[in-house]
Amino acid sequence: MSAPTLEVRNLKTHFFTRGGVVKAVDDVSFTVEAGKVLGLVGESGSGKTVTGFSILGLVDPPGRIAGGQILFKGRDLATLPEAEMRGLRGNRIAMIFQDPMMTLNPVLRIDTQMIETVQAHAKVSREEARQRARDALGQVGIPSPDERLKSYPHQFSGGMRQRVAIAIALLHKPDVIVADEPTTALDVTIQGQILAEAQKLCAQFGTALVWITHDLSVVAGLADDIAVMYAGKVVESGPVAQVLDAPLHPYTLGLIGSVPSRNHRGEPLRQIPGMTPSLLNLPAGCAFRSRCPRAEPGCAEPPPFAEYRPGQHARCIHPHQEAVAA
Amino acid sequence: MTAFLLRRLIQAAAVVLVMSLLVFLGVFAVGDPIEILISPEADQFERERAIKALGLDLPLWRQYLVFLGNALRGDLGRSFVFNEPALRLILDRMPATLELAVGATVAALIIGLPLGLYAGLKPNSPLSKGIMATSILGFSLPTFWVGLMLIMVFAVQLGWLPSTGRGETVTILGMRWSFLTRDGIAHLIMPALNLALFKISLVIRLTRAGVRETMLMDYVKFARAKGLSPARVTFVHVFKNILIPVVTVVGLEFGGTIAFSVVTESVFAWPGMGKLIIDSINVLDRPVMVAYLMMIVLLFITINLVVDITYSLLDPRVRLEGKS
Ligand SMILES: Nc1ncnc2c1ncn2[C@@H]1O[C@H](COP(=O)(O)OP(=O)(O)OP(=O)(O)O)[C@@H](O)[C@H]1O
Ligand code: SF4
Ligand SMILES: [Mg+2]
Repeated sequence: MSAPTLEVRNLKTHFFTRGGVVKAVDDVSFTVEAGKVLGLVGESGSGKTVTGFSILGLVDPPGRIAGGQILFKGRDLATLPEAEMRGLRGNRIAMIFQDPMMTLNPVLRIDTQMIETVQAHAKVSREEARQRARDALGQVGIPSPDERLKSYPHQFSGGMRQRVAIAIALLHKPDVIVADEPTTALDVTIQGQILAEAQKLCAQFGTALVWITHDLSVVAGLADDIAVMYAGKVVESGPVAQVLDAPLHPYTLGLIGSVPSRNHRGEPLRQIPGMTPSLLNLPAGCAFRSRCPRAEPGCAEPPPFAEYRPGQHARCIHPHQEAVAA
Repeated sequence: MTAFLLRRLIQAAAVVLVMSLLVFLGVFAVGDPIEILISPEADQFERERAIKALGLDLPLWRQYLVFLGNALRGDLGRSFVFNEPALRLILDRMPATLELAVGATVAALIIGLPLGLYAGLKPNSPLSKGIMATSILGFSLPTFWVGLMLIMVFAVQLGWLPSTGRGETVTILGMRWSFLTRDGIAHLIMPALNLALFKISLVIRLTRAGVRETMLMDYVKFARAKGLSPARVTFVHVFKNILIPVVTVVGLEFGGTIAFSVVTESVFAWPGMGKLIIDSINVLDRPVMVAYLMMIVLLFITINLVVDITYSLLDPRVRLEGKS
């Protein structure tokens, strides 16, 4: 069997700040095959974006990858020299950022920003590069791309800007796309369109897609697999249907319970009690301990990331193995 | 763009009018030129004839209206001292000052931008810290003292550069310029650097602050995520953004540079407008003072306009607002 497109193994990305070591990513593992979508979920500050930047090799000091492997078709990106990494970035591995209003350079025209991306990785003429840029804009559903190429970012709406960013990510038909909450800033109808397009394009080109979000309903509709992050660690992972139907980890269950749904109309929304702990002084053992209704003295020891059901892992010593109604 | 220019021109005219009144009143308040211009031995009759000849017998508002009427015809009065049109006196000396100010601005950009860029990209390197520490000196050392030190070292001790005057000049468009001859450039180097001192520090600090701020922006990270070379990220994505504040401030500073070249011109005996105005203030040569101040007002207005236009060329967001 050939190596999967992207396999992250025990990734640790730490920030060595003056106040101490911030373990933003601390033992994250997941695998994405070609043409598949992984939903990476977790609440704000759980380390999703830092995981994405780690894959692209874009973690800036004081942060650095402190351990683990990022295997891209079997090659470890964590130890790849910067020059080689740059050859992959935007070419074989692309990223779409969280905030579409901030990702495009305000003083450069769209064509400049697209053509430079083409020419960074392909020895083609400007004309050829412009042609490819235009095709990419057409692909993501931007009308009259020729005209739009000559515009500046501020002449686009947020949704259009995100489409441009997606078009840029697609320019080289990458093997991996990390999409960091690309639709959160957009309204629901546009979100739906972009999701559908992303799914179609990935299936078409066999791209492995890492879709970062905190919206479980998006993951349910889009992803094949899911990895749930809490305080820098993946606490549960597995096939989407299985994890959402029968979560093992109390945190996953809490997340599912806090999604507004039709079945619970009229009842108050369930919330996970307590606050996300500070990454600077996490409690020893399970980081979810202070908020967990099932906590027991044994949780003061770090729980292992174990496979409780085929393909479904959880980092909990006392998981919900009995069937639960979410 | 035309509507924008038209609006700006009307605004400019209003500003000039208000300034003319303020300048006129201000200069009037400085002192009575009669005491200085007319010898104490002159008898009453001579005195009155001189006052009348200079138009100083009219009430203040009449004097202002006369001044304004003449000014509209391009006549800003005759110098009491040189008995020449004040405007001509100033225009004669303007090339020297402009040359000095442009030289200083160019030097500030050539020296300040790379140093600021380096200090912004590598904020923790010892060299960056050295650059920043030195830039504080540039802000705080008095211009005249640095000027004298430059003369001491490079003219007196080493004998590399001349210390006074403009050197050999070439006449183009009826004006004399130093920067076109080797000798003229040699004369220009020290005064221009002296005048640039403050601006170099300013450009370094602005550039560094801009680079540090811009480097944190998502669009810079996105540019890197596209696999662009560090050079392309720095010189296209970062640099174009920091040029906006740098151009604005340096442009606006240009008027100040001209107005305050007085010190440098005095130290290096540079025959520019600054030296003329100092001499005129000493003898209360009112028409020259008024004409000089009006020239400076016009200059500031022109510079502001040019800066606005350049700004809109650099920042596409401004361009659109101008249109709608
Ligand atoms: N440069 C940095 N220095 C120190 N800590 C950092 C730095 N960048 C990120 N962090 C920390 O890493 C943690 C994870 O941040 P990250 O942006 O990955 O969260 P996220 O899951 O993407 O959250 P959100 O849903 O809000 O985007 C945060 O607690 C943040 O404080
Ligand atoms: S390990 Fe213990 S505290 Fe942590 S989630 Fe499981 S039961 Fe709760
Ligand atoms: Mg994030």
